[in-house]
Amino acid sequence: MSEKETRKSRIFRLSRRKTLKGLAAGLGAIALPKKNASAAVWESFFQKNFRELSRSEMMDVVSRLEKEYSTRYGKSVKVKTTPSLEGVLYGYGLDLSRCIGCRRCVYGCVSENNQSRDPQIHWIRVLRLSKERGVDLEHAEQYYNPANVPEEGHFYMPVQCQQCENAPCTKVCPVQATWKENDGIVVVDYNWCIGCRYCMAACPYGARHFNWKKPGLQAADVNPDTHYLGNRPRPVGVVEKCIFCMQRTREVEGKYPACVEVCPVGARKFGNLLDPESEIRFVIENKRVFILKEELNTQPKFYYFYSV
Amino acid sequence: MKKVWAFIKGCFVLLRQGSKLYYSWLSFLLALIVIGVLAYSNQMYKGLITTAMRDQVSWGFYISNFTFMVGVAAAAVLLVIPAYVYQWKPIKEIAILGELVAVSAMVMCLLFVTVDLGRPDRFWHLIPKIGILNFPQSLLAWDVVVLNLYLVLNFSIAGYMLYSYYYKRQPNMKYVTPLLLFSIPAAISIHTVTAFLYNGLAARPFWNASILAPRFLASAFCSGPAGMILMFQVIRKWTKFKITDQAIFKIAELIAYAMFLNLFLLGAEVFKEYYSDTAHLAPMKYLYQGLEGHSDLVSYIWTATLFNITAFLLFLIPQTRENQVTLNIGCILIFVGVYIEKGMGLVIPGFVPDVLGDFYEYSPTGVEILVTLGIWATGLLIFTMLLRIAVPIMNGDFHVSEDGIHPHIGDDLFLVRRVEDVEEEGDLLTQ
Repeated sequence: MSEKETRKSRIFRLSRRKTLKGLAAGLGAIALPKKNASAAVWESFFQKNFRELSRSEMMDVVSRLEKEYSTRYGKSVKVKTTPSLEGVLYGYGLDLSRCIGCRRCVYGCVSENNQSRDPQIHWIRVLRLSKERGVDLEHAEQYYNPANVPEEGHFYMPVQCQQCENAPCTKVCPVQATWKENDGIVVVDYNWCIGCRYCMAACPYGARHFNWKKPGLQAADVNPDTHYLGNRPRPVGVVEKCIFCMQRTREVEGKYPACVEVCPVGARKFGNLLDPESEIRFVIENKRVFILKEELNTQPKFYYFYSV
Repeated sequence: MKKVWAFIKGCFVLLRQGSKLYYSWLSFLLALIVIGVLAYSNQMYKGLITTAMRDQVSWGFYISNFTFMVGVAAAAVLLVIPAYVYQWKPIKEIAILGELVAVSAMVMCLLFVTVDLGRPDRFWHLIPKIGILNFPQSLLAWDVVVLNLYLVLNFSIAGYMLYSYYYKRQPNMKYVTPLLLFSIPAAISIHTVTAFLYNGLAARPFWNASILAPRFLASAFCSGPAGMILMFQVIRKWTKFKITDQAIFKIAELIAYAMFLNLFLLGAEVFKEYYSDTAHLAPMKYLYQGLEGHSDLVSYIWTATLFNITAFLLFLIPQTRENQVTLNIGCILIFVGVYIEKGMGLVIPGFVPDVLGDFYEYSPTGVEILVTLGIWATGLLIFTMLLRIAVPIMNGDFHVSEDGIHPHIGDDLFLVRRVEDVEEEGDLLTQ
């Protein structure tokens, strides 16, 4: 950014902050009677977009949220804001010849990422496809429920956010509540999303999910290790999606998302695309890889492959 | 400024005066609005789970109604063009009604979008400078801009003209004409942008067809004017406002052309999908034939198609176009036909089957229907109140009195059955 631009954006931010402060003061005065309880409500109402928070504002937001969650769930909940790691671009591999359709990844994801249990929100959907038809989504079955998997004549294809480089969902958001981070993860600011669901219409992979009601999350089920842009408990009326378990993967290099760890057949691979020695690079360079809906030019960083 | 204030005060005095019918009509609408507000508070309290929308079908009845109403609003240009580009007198006299329709329809559109939001409390995120409007990236941001612009534009034009007539002056056309001319591309743009909002999504093959925007415009020029013809007849029967048959028949003729285009474009799309028979056929098959046992929309879309074709024939033949009965039947058929086709018939197949081949059949819940009724009632209430002011002004029954301050109100009834007018019309028809 040139110096001029920086200055311009600073002036712009300053004036916006003043407007917001004025508004907050005015409305805060109305709410005076219940001062302490409503202060947090107003603060969250006037909270800025995550990407525009200054360091101190971010700390305020985090402590407010931690307090809120800890009171609600009766245990200490941590909200991290760890940024992307330098020189990391995450990629994901899924071995279609290994996947047995057991859905352990689906539920592993749910408990790691604090999804609503009532109604159930699943970031991963496993499709059962027939071997004769191949990857034919029109005849895919998501609600298969046999006693044992895998079933004769079928193979399985889990679908989750493909973390597109050319993401159609971020482009359409009218308020920039969703964007692609430097490590390639597409995130949602749950405190900025207005719930218009345009991104859900735009996503070709059905990877975005909406909180149609207040998420049903029991205190016992809460994973207290959370990230602001990731798995922290979500409010009603906003969109959420897979974030490659950034609360894990951004902390220690080489740490896997929950779905990778839980997969009993090792069908899931994860790693840094910029590291030539990584597992995911090996998969891309040595296996038969395909991209779901490649013709849409979404450029996913999610690679399906066949190991055998 | 003092004069503006006097005018506004006069308008409020006028709004309170009216016949029993006027009052019962307003109370009826208010009752519907109250029901709508109650239903909406229920939705606010429980979340959008009270609607039938789910992850697979993430937009439903609200956005369908929104899309249809954008069309109705855009159709106001069908009056503005003959009136101000071709200076055709019979329509020039009533062009202001088109602008009032546009204003009311725009308010309805904004309400439909608002009730569809998961977080209406965060609407301010859309306001540039205070929030972040993702312009020009997001087509929804474009829509926010053009819809509000169109609302302000029509409101200012109509308001300024009525204000001038109230003070017995001719409006200064130096200001009005450019605005009126600008309202033509603005009307086209609101509907084009709304079409692009769907059109730009490669994930949804049913919408991702370049013919979508032209189809939107063609159908808008059917439904909006059809609704207006029906309204004109009510207005001229129940108020003192005169609308000539000539004007109505001209609009009906324009509808015939627009409907031809609409049916032609639809045919072009049906041909392309069925003949090429790719995976992209699925949503259209779901809409027209039903797919894998899912066929909720089939009867609706065929009703719409039948209505549109019948109406097209009625409007094509001059004898039926200029017969009060067949004309009104045609208008109703078109209004309902396009409401289905450009409402649910457009939005839902975009989501069924969904992007991973899942079928979720959507039909609106009671809450969605009540909220929608409430918004329609709000639109009609606004339109009635605008008419309450505009009609007497245009008739010379509401203007500033001799003292230059207080209003003169010559029509304290507004909505009354005008027996003599009906006879006159009858005479005109037999001529």
